[in-house]
Amino acid sequence: MTNVKVHSVAKTYGTTPVLSDITTEFPEGSFTSLLGPSGSGKTTLLRIIAGFIKPDQGVVTIGNNDVTDIPVWGRNIGMMFQSYALFPHMTIAQNVAFGLERRGIKGAAARKEVDRALEMVRLPGFGSRTPKQLSGGQQQRVALARAIVIKPSVLLLDEPLSALDRRLRQEMQVELLRIQRESGLTTIFVTHDQEEALTLSDKVAILDKGRIVQIGEPEDVYERPLTRFAAEFLGDSNFLTGTVDNGAVRLADGTVVRTTSTLPTSGSKVTLAVRPEKMSIVSGPTDDNSLTARITTVIYAGPVLSYMLETADGLPLKLFAQNRDGKVLSDGDTITLSWAPEHTVPVGD
Amino acid sequence: MKPLGRIYLVAILIFLYTPILVMMAMGFNASPLYELPFSFSLQWYEALWSNTVLLTAGLNSIVIAAITAVLATALGTMASVALSRRTFRGRSFLQLMLLPPIAIPWLITGTAMLIFFYWSGIGRGMHALLIGHVALAIPYVVLVVGTGFRTIRADLEEAAMSLGSTPVHAFFSVTLPLLYPSILGAALFAFAVSLDQFVISYFLATPGYTTLPVQIYSSIRKGFTPEINAISTVLLLGSMTVILIFARFAKPGDTRDKR
Repeated sequence: MTNVKVHSVAKTYGTTPVLSDITTEFPEGSFTSLLGPSGSGKTTLLRIIAGFIKPDQGVVTIGNNDVTDIPVWGRNIGMMFQSYALFPHMTIAQNVAFGLERRGIKGAAARKEVDRALEMVRLPGFGSRTPKQLSGGQQQRVALARAIVIKPSVLLLDEPLSALDRRLRQEMQVELLRIQRESGLTTIFVTHDQEEALTLSDKVAILDKGRIVQIGEPEDVYERPLTRFAAEFLGDSNFLTGTVDNGAVRLADGTVVRTTSTLPTSGSKVTLAVRPEKMSIVSGPTDDNSLTARITTVIYAGPVLSYMLETADGLPLKLFAQNRDGKVLSDGDTITLSWAPEHTVPVGD
Repeated sequence: MKPLGRIYLVAILIFLYTPILVMMAMGFNASPLYELPFSFSLQWYEALWSNTVLLTAGLNSIVIAAITAVLATALGTMASVALSRRTFRGRSFLQLMLLPPIAIPWLITGTAMLIFFYWSGIGRGMHALLIGHVALAIPYVVLVVGTGFRTIRADLEEAAMSLGSTPVHAFFSVTLPLLYPSILGAALFAFAVSLDQFVISYFLATPGYTTLPVQIYSSIRKGFTPEINAISTVLLLGSMTVILIFARFAKPGDTRDKR
């Protein structure tokens, strides 16, 4: 078990900066997701840690070793690829044994390790098959077995589940988490699937334009996004803009919105983020923050109803409600919605 | 549509193979002037057996084709690795410039080679034939192997490297085995290009060292005997066997993706 550190790592392709000055730490045994849109630099960061890409500047350490100048084959990493990348001309057992052989483990000792790894991914007895005879999910399990059988210092996952269908993906998520917990491997997981990032990780790092915008526990990042981008990329969010006035925020239409978070000084402009599921439709007066809005669309999604709303000022809002009584409100109805001050989070741009 | 298609296919095969079958049959006909009625005889094969000029030329052809296949496949595969897996200045230009030699008429290529070889002191003879054939075969090899490369994902080598392989080991343990059918196909292609080659060989051969197509051509000019049919039949059966073995084992056109 080892921790992984990157220190002021930067990478530029031509004149395009892909990563600018990334410094962060992946603690021993933790599961960290790198979450961001395509082009945010998350894959580049993973490939720098793997050793496929050499950073222009900065230092990568695995354990206590500076590995910045060590190529990928000398780093003892386990990696899973989006396309599984199983060797098609080898059997499952040969695939899993590949890394062992590179480490001088052969014969009976290797067979024992291979069997144990295949058991761990719940594919015992599959050793003599070829990758072609396996389903996508099974191939991905083999790829995982191949990556962990060498007892890597760090497990790097490059969107390994994105090629699987939804059901299989959820199954693999559970499996991946179980194996990560059992093996205690420091794991870094690149994904653009926010739900996946929240479910799996101890820590989520949100990347945008080559920078880590925010890193923290999933709940922390979700409940208290630091920037508008973080609030928008991880989950849905409503944004209200106004001016700080006497410890609260006055919106353009005069509505006063309170928050439990610290606000900048009076008179400054501020953007507040409110999650759509924190808002609720109320019938009577309330002590919480409230607004009136007109329903533009109701989306019936089974357990949840999504209301698309618009205030008198034309500000679009979203509200998610549990489907308790079915679809009782319809398009064009005017409603009062409310939410608690503690769910009102000021965000930077 | 189905019976029509079948008739069409059969017609194509008839047009392709009838002349060849007639040629083969006449090798077993006793008449030196290809006269009918047909009377079976092995005399032309016996005559061929003592015709050292034709036999030597046939052997030369096979030797040249074999060496060409080995050299062109090795050089072409290496070029293909660079063109498919590396990025460097002028890569797309080089890739593009591989195609024109295939389209340039052999007569022009042959003339150019003759002039160049004469001017540079390379001259004519076996070595000149080899250089010419290898140069001619390389573009085919690069094309065939390059197509093979496109079916192999680059992340397979990355996976091998993540497991501890150096790039060289990753290439030999992962890419090469997957590329093997393409390389074999390319070698056969190079072999066939060399064996078939007449125009360039005609220019570069010397009276003392010729290949079979050149020898057949000069024999025909002197008036020919069914010995030509006999050696053609032997050569044809030989190369067809090789092609069929390849088709059986390497399954060209196999669309399995190599992920």
